[in-house]
Amino acid sequence: MNKERELLLGAEVIAVAAIDEGISGVYAYPGTPSTEITTYIQESEIAGKKKIRSNWSANEKTAYEAALGMSYAGKRSLVCMKHVGLNVAADAFINSAVTGINGGLVLLVADDPSMHSSQNEQDTRFYGKYAYLPLLEPSNQQEAYHCVRYAFNLSEEVKLPVIIRITTRLSHSRSVIERTAPVDANQLAPETDRFKWILLPAIARKRYNGLLDMQKKLVMLSETSAFNREIPGKGDFGIIAFGLAFNYTMEVNSTHQLNIPVLKISQYPLPEKTIKDFCNRYTKVLIAEEGYPIYEELLRGFFDNNKFSGRLDGTLPRTGELSPDVVAKALLNETKVSLPIPEIVTNRPPELCQGCSHRDLYEALNKALEGYANKHVFADIGCYTLGALPPYNAINTCVDMGASVTMAKGASDAGLHPAVAVIGDSTFTHSGITGLLDAVNDKTPMTLIISDNYTTAMTGGQDSAGTNKLQQICEGIGVKREHIHTIVPLKKNLEENIATLKSAFDYEGVSVILACRECIQTLRRKNLKK
Amino acid sequence: MINNIILAGVGGQGILTIAAIIDYTAMQKDLFIKQAEVHGMSQRGGAVESHLRISDQEIFSDLIPKGEANIILSLEPMEALRYLPFLAEDGVIITATKPFVNITGYPDEKEVIENIQKTGKEILLVDAETIAKQAGSIKTENVVIIGAAANYLGFTKEELRESIRAMFSSKGDAIVEMNLKAFDLGTQTL
Repeated sequence: MNKERELLLGAEVIAVAAIDEGISGVYAYPGTPSTEITTYIQESEIAGKKKIRSNWSANEKTAYEAALGMSYAGKRSLVCMKHVGLNVAADAFINSAVTGINGGLVLLVADDPSMHSSQNEQDTRFYGKYAYLPLLEPSNQQEAYHCVRYAFNLSEEVKLPVIIRITTRLSHSRSVIERTAPVDANQLAPETDRFKWILLPAIARKRYNGLLDMQKKLVMLSETSAFNREIPGKGDFGIIAFGLAFNYTMEVNSTHQLNIPVLKISQYPLPEKTIKDFCNRYTKVLIAEEGYPIYEELLRGFFDNNKFSGRLDGTLPRTGELSPDVVAKALLNETKVSLPIPEIVTNRPPELCQGCSHRDLYEALNKALEGYANKHVFADIGCYTLGALPPYNAINTCVDMGASVTMAKGASDAGLHPAVAVIGDSTFTHSGITGLLDAVNDKTPMTLIISDNYTTAMTGGQDSAGTNKLQQICEGIGVKREHIHTIVPLKKNLEENIATLKSAFDYEGVSVILACRECIQTLRRKNLKK
Repeated sequence: MINNIILAGVGGQGILTIAAIIDYTAMQKDLFIKQAEVHGMSQRGGAVESHLRISDQEIFSDLIPKGEANIILSLEPMEALRYLPFLAEDGVIITATKPFVNITGYPDEKEVIENIQKTGKEILLVDAETIAKQAGSIKTENVVIIGAAANYLGFTKEELRESIRAMFSSKGDAIVEMNLKAFDLGTQTL
């Protein structure tokens, strides 16, 4: 076997490319489908030898800012997150386009169209436009490798952060890739410009104008980019395929020998001249985007001339990830007839593991709430969101990281009693602490249950920032010690736990329940290692 | 030549081990591979699938188009049915017969098997659980299924055995031998 070839997940390809391109650190908070990038670097022997910094950050904002600090010091850093994580990091992210960078900074965002493991399917390409930053959208694993290597050089050339957008399908699909020669890490070389990073209005205005002036160059780079190219064909119908849509387009194009010309776009801002040239040559153009119809909207404009088709006119589905099947439907007169799914096949949704501590917690919580007229539980993002499903049907909300705490607070302010929040340990340290501080300062009657399984479980058991610190954190921000109760969610403790919960609900101020028991999955893995 | 395989099962059953063994074999022959997996929430006891594509030419799509899977390889009978729209006209269904019941409303076991038979496709029903026990551990069910599929994967049995050796070598000789036995017993169901 040729040793240079490796079979890797798309996420792992990002990791090896970043290692090969001389990063000194990766910063991330776990989130599907981006987690495996950082996990790979943490477990990589080469990364260990090169002393690449790789521990998990408390959230995406702290991750982004730390990556920015490493860049300030002159070294290359990679920061990874899922799409909704960029909402958390957005303040730092948008402003970093104005400061610019010193050492190469690459932001990797993994979007999740079809919401396989997410609350929405927001498209990070919007953020690219929003911040006026260059963005790369590889169509396959090998291209992802080249994109990452190119992105760090581009970042240092234009002195801006560069975004790489991947999606679940690329991140969680394996393919064989070839690596090229690695480069050394940058030496420590802190920023020498005294004012560049101080975004006082007078300086920020100047820098913002600089960012806008840079746009022409960014477009020029897209015009000549090797990642944007045309696959020639025949006829008066063409396709502009963005990112992963290129694969599905080419799958159908080659399987059915359609010979349709395809313009592949993987580098943004949009190469204006290339797009215009292509569109002028064809009477009809299909716009295939893996995500929101951002560029379809832009190309159609207000005065639609019926030249373009895509997600907005129903040629492709308005939502969800693309597939070879939906592209085939758009391109072929007839599609293959295949067998239907028999009616007897029932859904098999995910469930909490047998023996999971959240199960025992929800059993106790449901019983504890039995006597109350209002049974509302504000929950959060994590495995325990599955408490929404039968047999528990135990929660009423799941909105964003940390919202359990603050929504319970707001509902309590409105007069709801009991006001109960359920949050995981990792989600609490990600974005729950400040909300709890609000509640403490307001003396809000509410009960926060932190279901502490000592890990970030949903994404596969990464270290949790608050392990063994939760009691101190809660006390430190002012929750009274006598109103912090620790319970162990186990069958044998059911009655006792119900009583503890009830007494907490009855307290007219902030109470915290630490429901502590190790995640059954991490426990099993530990036992296997023994 | 392209071989499109849908791997199906329930989160935790080990379909990714099946994928890894087939991938490894394809790697040895310098073939193109694409293998789309399910990570994240569904892994918690939900329905999981992997699209595995092996070819001597470049593969574009990570996903298998509907009606183009040569094989549905399933560790659970109802899960085999879930992916029927992907099966090619001349495709084959190879599935373990023991239901994995972790939901209410799981259909009648007999009806599930009848629905598989009703497809009129080439079908291999494998009592993988019993065979795995014979091999020494119920954990070898996924390797039994690879054995049952051996004639359809485009590799020789010896090539697949070699991959099983390589995949389990770090776990010691006893585990390697047990899995080879599971594979061999699986091939006998052909």
